[in-house]
Amino acid sequence: MRNIPVKRVDLIFEKVTCKEIFLKTLELKPEEIIQSVIESGLKGRGGAGFPTGLKWQFAAREKSNEKYIVCNADEGEPGTFKDREILDEVPEKVFCGMAIASRAIGAKVGYIYLRGEYKFLVPKLEARLNEFHKLMKSVGHDFKILLRLGSGAYICGEESALFESIEGKRGEPRNKPPYPTKAGLFNKPTCINNVETLVYTVMIQKYGAAHFKDLGTKDSRGSKVFSVSGDTPKAGIYELELGMSVQEFVDVFGDGDTKTVQVGGAAGFCVPRKRFDETIIGFEGVPTGGSMKLFNSSRSMYNVLHNYLDFFTEESCGQCTPCRVGCQQLLKGIEAVKKGEKSSKYLDELVKLAATMKLAAKCGLGQSVGNAFSSIVENFKEEIIY
Amino acid sequence: MVKLSVNGLLVEVPEGTTILEAARKLNFKIPVLCHHDDLCVAGNCRVCVVEQLGGKALLAACATPVAEGMQILTNSLKVRTARKHVIELLLSEHNADCTKCYKNGNCELQDLSNEFSVGDHIFLDLIYHKEYTIDRFSPAIQKDDSKCIRCQRCVRTCEQLQGVNALSVAFKGDQQKISTFFDHSMAEVICTNCGQCINRCPTGALVERTYLDEVWDAILDPELHVVVQTAPAVRVGLGEDLGLEPGERVTGKMVATLKRLGFNAVLDTDFTADLTIMEEGTELLTRLKKALVDKDESVSLPMTTSCSPGWVKFIEHTFPEYLPNVSTCKSPQQMFGALAKTYYAKARNLDPKKIVTVSVMPCTAKKYEADRPEMRSSGYKDVDYVLTTRELARMIRQAGIDFQLMKEDRFDKLMGSSSGAAVIFGATGGVMEAALRTAYELVTGREVPFEKLNITPVRGFEGIRQASVKIEGCLDEWKFLEGVELKCAVAHGLSNARELMQGVKDGKINVHFIEVMACPGGCLGGGGQPIPTNQVIREKRAAAIYAEDMSLAIRKSHENPEVLQLYRDFLGEPLGHLSHELLHTHYKERERY
Repeated sequence: MRNIPVKRVDLIFEKVTCKEIFLKTLELKPEEIIQSVIESGLKGRGGAGFPTGLKWQFAAREKSNEKYIVCNADEGEPGTFKDREILDEVPEKVFCGMAIASRAIGAKVGYIYLRGEYKFLVPKLEARLNEFHKLMKSVGHDFKILLRLGSGAYICGEESALFESIEGKRGEPRNKPPYPTKAGLFNKPTCINNVETLVYTVMIQKYGAAHFKDLGTKDSRGSKVFSVSGDTPKAGIYELELGMSVQEFVDVFGDGDTKTVQVGGAAGFCVPRKRFDETIIGFEGVPTGGSMKLFNSSRSMYNVLHNYLDFFTEESCGQCTPCRVGCQQLLKGIEAVKKGEKSSKYLDELVKLAATMKLAAKCGLGQSVGNAFSSIVENFKEEIIY
Repeated sequence: MVKLSVNGLLVEVPEGTTILEAARKLNFKIPVLCHHDDLCVAGNCRVCVVEQLGGKALLAACATPVAEGMQILTNSLKVRTARKHVIELLLSEHNADCTKCYKNGNCELQDLSNEFSVGDHIFLDLIYHKEYTIDRFSPAIQKDDSKCIRCQRCVRTCEQLQGVNALSVAFKGDQQKISTFFDHSMAEVICTNCGQCINRCPTGALVERTYLDEVWDAILDPELHVVVQTAPAVRVGLGEDLGLEPGERVTGKMVATLKRLGFNAVLDTDFTADLTIMEEGTELLTRLKKALVDKDESVSLPMTTSCSPGWVKFIEHTFPEYLPNVSTCKSPQQMFGALAKTYYAKARNLDPKKIVTVSVMPCTAKKYEADRPEMRSSGYKDVDYVLTTRELARMIRQAGIDFQLMKEDRFDKLMGSSSGAAVIFGATGGVMEAALRTAYELVTGREVPFEKLNITPVRGFEGIRQASVKIEGCLDEWKFLEGVELKCAVAHGLSNARELMQGVKDGKINVHFIEVMACPGGCLGGGGQPIPTNQVIREKRAAAIYAEDMSLAIRKSHENPEVLQLYRDFLGEPLGHLSHELLHTHYKERERY
């Protein structure tokens, strides 16, 4: 295993001339664009980590006159705020990524689904979109981007719920298969990518797949933008090469008293101090959509877990049983244990329930509630009980 | 074709088949709650999860299409644990007051918890932490949120089958609920009271408003004369709730049982169905004459039927501009009620004040219809109480009658005779067929030119059907219809009705006469019929209805001797003065939410 210390990278926020990069990709065949993204090893930066090139390839292979590119900017994971910064700093790079993707899969329309709370970005985005559309016209590429705003539901960050929301329906995840690349937005082949992912596809075109691939590890190529928050003197947004361990991360960002790091937000994993050394931040260890939340010894993990469960109980769409009722049971369950109404053994039942939620919930939301729950309960059992 | 294995057994099924269907083919039953054969896939209850060998998460069998080489386990340890958890979770959120529940004994959640012997109370009871409302404002449907398991069958029924969208999902997370427009009561919204949601609700969250006690009180009051009428579709459904197979005709047993229950007279809605044909047929011919001979442009054509109260309320809400097109005839139930307290009272020398009319209907919308303020033309409430087929079955059980052992009996006289044409009112296309049998003969003096009077083009289960009959060899007074091709259209289920009316509005469908039944399959699939329902069951009921038609000596409404007697002794003629007063009504425009 290659060990990579904390190293800052400047790809995402690097100022580039999008026109130049896009003109270069226009000379490539769609298959060549896709091939370069596959070679780069880029995986989705929203958190799930699906290989971006493969996603593009699936969408490209679908035969349809109508295809869509969707940029998922619904950044709702607690502790994640990097997409906001990217859209604020380098919006044209996001648009350019969408344009490259449109060229790759053959789409003429793209949507940006912007988190409702980021409404303040709209005037800026609209102004830049105007320029972007002029650019598209000037280079003769038939592609336009439409902006859609969410209304505050966490579930609408789930890709199929996001489609439902754009279509004007209640934001509820769909059954899969069919996957978005086959039947996504308006039931047409759709490629949906995170804001950051799209920007990396631009940089891959600029510097080549090899440049990206050289960064990071075998399972986690490249770099990633992290949103660092919690008990840290250095809260903020950092683009770092993938492959560092939690210990190395804490050495740089910790306050000297870090008890645990929640990697990947409420849907992510709690890494306790004893595992800092052995845990790699990346797809071989704990994946993250960017959220890195540090907790020091002054924090009660009961409160942390209670806060997450409260969040999920409210933000579950309510459609499927394991998620809707499971979240409530986990929340009420730890309350009952805390109050002594249930014995500490009840936590074992709840851990089993969390496992069922992971197996049987309809979408990623319900399936990931168990991550935070089990990792916090297993590592901080005393704090939950007493 | 796709090959896969289920629990080690190989099966080959067409592409697109779900795991659930593939397993059924091998006789492996996978439990379901949100899935319903009549509805689109939801995949939200997660009771049907199965394991795919090598897969990470479990799959919802109802929502996942098969893939080549899949190895599915329907009863593995993982599956059993998850399934039990899911059922326990549903129960923790459910008001499991089973012994006091109206659906006790006919509840899919109850069956499942029994099968999986849950009840260990693994989890906390959540139901007591929340406030729930029971909506009893509608005269037809009761909605109890504390029993709801959010399977959304009702929502899909209301949206997909009925195109009404009275019920939808509101809020999210632990607050999520099935609600109406701004959470108004079912009585205030666009709900048509069709009751299809009740037929598909797996628990007791949606049930009919029941009037059993009121009916028993009336029967047991010696001062009162209680008359009961039974709709055509009841006789082909009732048996299902009393231990018989779908499709068994129980007319005779039903009549005998009703007499034993203590009703003073057991009469037939079929009688007024025949009467409806006389009135509605005449109305149609009159409208045609006005349009064709008098060139009166104010005549509203196509004319639509008005027997289905769900349809009537639907058109009042959604196509109010077409209200003049709806036949002014009351439904057979209401014609019966109006006559029971006038004609019948007079003939039997009874004080109408002392008459209580009860109707047994395959329908919940009839409960609403009977409550309409217009329906008091006898000077009293024309129909006092409406029971569903299910409620009648319950009454029979309450009275301790072994229905299957009952000997057959006949309806009482005066308003109890029926033609085959009236019986087929219970199936989609039936009113059309009955009307054609009579109208054609009235106009030409000859029977409709179909073998054994069976007008098969209007039968069947296709959502919208169109047919036409060319009228030839007219009698002198109907000469203006010579050579006219009488075009008609039939729709069942309100989604189809909406499509049909939109077609009329857009000028794509040009017909003279339209029959609409609010429920899938017509009244035989009505919201008051025994639960469960599905296409197979509805087809069996339909076959029974057509068999009943064939079994009767008189098969044309205008030959029903009691109807002829009614005109002779009381009404005079169709569309006459008294008819107008007692048998016809008007409609009103309603809001669209």
